[in-house]
Order: sequence, then C-alpha cells, then structure tokens
Amino acid sequence: MTAIDASYPGSRLAAVFRTCRFTGLKVDIAAQRLIKANAVAAVIFLAVGGLMGLLVALTRWPAVHLLPSEWFYLVLTGHGANVLLFWIIFFEIALLYFASAVLLGSRLAAPRIAWTAFGLMVVGAIMTNVAVFQGDSSVMFTSYPPMQAAPQFYLGLILFAVGALLGVGIFFGTLVIAHAEHTYEGSIPLVTFGALTAAIIAVFTLASGAIILVPTFLWSLGLVAEIDPLMYKVVWWGMGHSSQQINVAAHVSVWYAIGALTIGAKPLSEKVSRTAFLLYILFLQLASAHHLLADPGMSATWKIVNTSYLMYLAVLGSLIHGLTVPGALEAAQRRNGYTKGAFEWLRKAPWGNPAFAGMFLSLVMFGFIGGISGVVLGTEQLNLLMHNTIYVPGHFHGTVVAGTTLAFMAMTYYVLPLIFQRDIIWPKLARWQPYLFGLGAGGISLFMMGAGTLGIPRRHWDITLTDAMHPFDLPSGGFLMMGLNGLAAVIASAGGILYILITVGTVLWGKRLDKGDAPLAFPLHKQAATVAEYGSHATVKLPGTIILVSVFFLSFVLYYFVNWKYLSEIWLLR
Amino acid sequence: MAISPPRNRLWWNEPIERVEVGWIVVAFLWGLFMFVFMIAWHFIGGQNLSTETYRVTPAAYEEKVTAFAEKYQVGEEAGGVPVVRPPAGEDVYLLARLWEWWPVLELKKGQSYRIHLSSLDWQHGFSLQPVNINISIHPGYEQIITLTPTQAGDFGIACNEYCGIGHHLMTGRIRVVE
Repeated sequence: MTAIDASYPGSRLAAVFRTCRFTGLKVDIAAQRLIKANAVAAVIFLAVGGLMGLLVALTRWPAVHLLPSEWFYLVLTGHGANVLLFWIIFFEIALLYFASAVLLGSRLAAPRIAWTAFGLMVVGAIMTNVAVFQGDSSVMFTSYPPMQAAPQFYLGLILFAVGALLGVGIFFGTLVIAHAEHTYEGSIPLVTFGALTAAIIAVFTLASGAIILVPTFLWSLGLVAEIDPLMYKVVWWGMGHSSQQINVAAHVSVWYAIGALTIGAKPLSEKVSRTAFLLYILFLQLASAHHLLADPGMSATWKIVNTSYLMYLAVLGSLIHGLTVPGALEAAQRRNGYTKGAFEWLRKAPWGNPAFAGMFLSLVMFGFIGGISGVVLGTEQLNLLMHNTIYVPGHFHGTVVAGTTLAFMAMTYYVLPLIFQRDIIWPKLARWQPYLFGLGAGGISLFMMGAGTLGIPRRHWDITLTDAMHPFDLPSGGFLMMGLNGLAAVIASAGGILYILITVGTVLWGKRLDKGDAPLAFPLHKQAATVAEYGSHATVKLPGTIILVSVFFLSFVLYYFVNWKYLSEIWLLR
Repeated sequence: MAISPPRNRLWWNEPIERVEVGWIVVAFLWGLFMFVFMIAWHFIGGQNLSTETYRVTPAAYEEKVTAFAEKYQVGEEAGGVPVVRPPAGEDVYLLARLWEWWPVLELKKGQSYRIHLSSLDWQHGFSLQPVNINISIHPGYEQIITLTPTQAGDFGIACNEYCGIGHHLMTGRIRVVE
C-alpha cells in the first residue's frame, strides 16, 4: 500500500470531509464525488440496457414479435452487457467506496487512481456498446467461440474489467488507510465486511475474465489460432457466474444496510452473519460448473463437487442470510414496539418507504424465485431438463433483477439524500416504484421459468419454427408464458422508467439538503443517527421469521422433488 | 447496527441465537442431502448424462456421419435430408451445423442406442422436444450418450445455444416407432 500512500500522501494533500447531519457519518468529499460519478454511470447504463431488455421481451412476446431477427440478436447482446455488467458493476464500485470511505469515516485511497478506474470503465463500456451497434458482434453476452466478435468488443470488456479491478484495489487501500489512521474502533461494520467479501470475489472474477478475454481478443485479431470452446467456457464462467456472486454479496450487504437505516436493525449475531459471508468467499468460485453440466468432457465427480459449491456450503451462506436478515428486521421491529402476534412487526413495517419495500421484496424474491430455481437448475441431472431453455434467464432474472437490481434501486433512495444531498422528488410516486418494478421482475422470472420448463429455448427469435427445415410445434403453454412474460416486462419497464425519472429528477431538481435543516422525505430510523447503540441483537423470540423460513424451506423441498419426478419421466439416458 | 462496528469488540465470543443454530443445522443437512442425492441418482436413476467424450476434428466427424447415413438410409425428407434407421443397439451419429441437425433419425421405442453428438462449426444446443432433454454440443468433441426412447411419435430437435443469425431456423427430427 505504500505506492498508494505515496501517490496521495495524506499530509501533503489533506482530504476534505463533511459531516452528514442525518447519520453523523464523516464523508470524504473525494469519495462522495466518485460515488456520485459511478452511480450516475450505473443509472445511465441501466436505462440503456433496460430499454434493450424491453425490446427483447416485446420481440419474444409471440403476438407482438417486435424486432427483426438481426436486431433482436444485436439488442439481446447489448442488453446482457449493459445491465448485467455495466449497470451492476458501476453501482457496486459506488457501494464499495461507500462501504469503505463513508462507513468507516476514512479518506478514500488514491482518488486520482479511482478516477482513472472510472475513466477506463466508461471507455470500455462505450467501446463494447459501439462494437455491438456496429452489428458484427451479436455474439450474446457469453460470446462463445468459435463464434467471433469484433476485437473492440473484447477490448472494451477488458478495459472495463481492468477499471473495475482498480476500483476494487482502491477499496482495499481505503480499508488499510482507515485501519492505519484509526478512523473506527474494533472490527469493520457488517456491511463493510459484506462489501469486502464482494471485493475479494471480484478479484477472482475479474482475473478469470482477463485470463480468458485477453487470449480471445488476440484470437479476434488473428494472433492466436484457436480458442478451445470447452476451455473458454470453464474459464469464462469463472467470470460470468462468479460475478453474479459479487452481486449476491453486495446486495445482501445492502439488505443489512437498509434494515439498519430504515428500522434500526442489527444483526442477530455478528458471528453468524459474518460466517455466512465467509462461506461465500470460500466456495462461490466453483460456479463455472453450473454452465457445463450438459457439456461433454467433464467427469460426473467434477460436476457434482463444483455445481454444489462443495456440498452446498455456499448455498448454506445464502440460506443463513435468509434467516438472519428477516430475523434482524423482526427483532428490530419488536424493539420498536410492534410485538403483537407473529406478524405485527411485518404489517407495521415502513412499507411506504421505497428503500424498505424494495429491500424486502428483493429479499423474498431472491430467495423464493432466484435462489430455489438456482439450486434446482444447478443440480447435475435436473440441469438436463432446463439447460439453455428460457428457464435459465428466468432463474437469473430472479437473482439479478428481482434480487440485485431491486436492492440497488432501494439503496438509491438513501444514496440520493445522503450522498447527492438532494431529497427524493415525487415521494408519492417513489413509494410505488419498488412494487411496480418488483411485480414486473417477479413476473418475468416466473413466466420465463414456466416457459423453459415447457422447453422454450432461450435466445431464440422464432419459437413457431415455421421457416425451419423440420418445423414442429413447441407447447402452446410455452407461447402463453412468453406472452405473460412480455406483459410482466412492460410492468417492470414502467417501474424502471419511474426509477430513472425519480433518480435523474432528484439529482437535477431535488430539494437541496446540504443547507438548512429540512427533514428527509423518507426519514431514517432514529437509531441510524446514533452510533451509541450497535452490535448484535439481544435475545428475542422471532415467531414470524420462523414461520417465513419454514414456508420457504417447504417450498424449496417440494419444488426440488417435483423436478426429480419430472426428470424420472423423460427418456432413459446413461 | 449493521453499518457501524460491533460494540462488543470480542463479538466472536457472543453466544449464537438458538433459532440461528436450529436453522443452520437444518440448512446444512438439507445441503448434504441434495449433494448425496445427485450421487445416488447415478445408481437409482435412469437419467444420467454420460461423460464419454473423444477429441475429433470436424472433418473426421462429418465423414463418420456421412458413412453412417449412407449405410442405414431408408428414405428422404423434404430438402433431401436422409432418413436413417439404424439397427437397435447400433452406434448412431448426429451432427450439428449451421443451421440443421443431420440426418433425420428413426429409432425403435424401448431400444437403446449409442448416440454420438458433435458440431462441425460453432456451439449448438441439442434440445429434444417435447421430451425436454437439453445437451450442449461442441465442435472438436464427440460425446456419446446411450439413449432409450420410451415414447413413440415424432420428436423435434431445436437448437438452444445461440449460433448466429439462423439460430431460430435450426431444427432436426427423431422419429420413434413402436
């Protein structure tokens, strides 16, 4: 870290701080500017990628079938890159700076390098978008060789990854500085710990990306003769799937953060929540195998060990958070006085606060839709039923859209007042935004899963197969599901557009909070402002959480066995 | 608070809530069960994807498939695609290329066939419908699965791995007779 200190010596160029009047947190102005820049970039790419997603869904709605085939494949490629990579990773870099510099009250390490990182990411993201729109890089997000994209497609991704890696380095540097300068006492907060998990996974992820994309870039220039398609898949998914695990660690941190900000939630026990994050670091990187269960070459042993994240120990991490997050919320609400029955704490939760509503919907849908479907899809034999059907996008829209994106949107309702220092405009509309987006996101996930179960292929322009050499009919139920998926996508887009309008409107015209003493449209819990009370929660009874988790567990077990039953009815294979 | 350092600096010495311990035990055992069940299905289940795979050049594979099709051809489908009826238990070759599955296969219900799968160009996705068996097909790798149809009728093969602009045109057919 000496290099970082040398380029930005605290003594020579002192960091400037302000104190947040809502939370009492010390905010480094340099960090604040960088958080703003990364968040703005994130929202721009969400707008572009989200619009592309709507076009994709409208094309796959059989009755609408909007785009011609060339445009469909082009837009689908752009959709994947813009939302899955650019929106989410820009937002995550903002979160990392927030969880390090702001939560620890420290200066950010090497802001100038952080700006370089930001610049690289912007240039990379634009370069890849240009390559996609030039039309000869419609290779989908996965870009499996021997299909080849233009060199600038890969180069853009590489630049973006290098920038993101630098950003992750800044996060580590800031942790070191905060520790060395004693800006906090004891251990880092749970949210920072979760962000640290995300950052460690990000290093592995981005390194995998570089290992495979650099040779692929050279191959597209003609400097490398061949890229083995299986090898590519193993290493590429070290980035492709593991980067989704960054999202999991990041959005679980966001759940804890929003719980703390809105109702003063504390972890039930620091030890359990942190161990659950630790399980992510230890086992999530095995995820490549999820994408190779239906591929030749790998042994069944390799597939089973890897796809189960070594005996489901990483899934265990998520299952633990599935109890500790609602448990922390229930404990806090009971302490806030909502003690009647099993569910008064939930009924009287701040449902009118979009941050809370978005967080809770994200928690429920990530678990019930994204989580359960992920485990089922990642079961060695069950994968045969759904591999590369539209069930797969159904699953990951449950994790990345209903889970991560909704959680990040929810977090935005505090990033805007606390970092941009602008109060949310149109609070009444903002109240509805998470419900609208959540309903749509949940809908697209479930309907795509339904269609996939019926065999509808993913990334497919014409499921009527009328112009094909051997036409045949895919199940009509699948067509119905794709229509409902289109409807749900329209609802999700309405929620997405509302989010963009509120965010942009607030940044430009929101009431300024840095002067005067105006209250927030969506107030923080009083505990959020007092650092005096923190740590684990004292022992409490949590009947509501126990019921919720039991319902979840029963659904999981039931759905798991339904799929085995379905598998046992197909042709025999060995 | 989750956003501030734990008050108890020795937080790792704090006791764990009972409800947490209970759930961790249940979740861990469930994970262990799911792990064991994948292994168990290799012994008790009838649907396991073979991992028998050989390296092959696309040209060599094309030769094998052509020889196979000529040997057992019994008819022709629209577009001149041969319909091939191999004897039961025989090695069967199916190739994927831009944008077709070739040739059309005629199999007998209840008989087992060693089906060879490979691609001549890009990656493709073998998606048998409405049975819903989905397998990834790579160029350069010849995968062999032993398949036993349990229903008679006409079955379609779609491609569910994106393979360029004609991806949605790529289909094939397997006919299963009693």
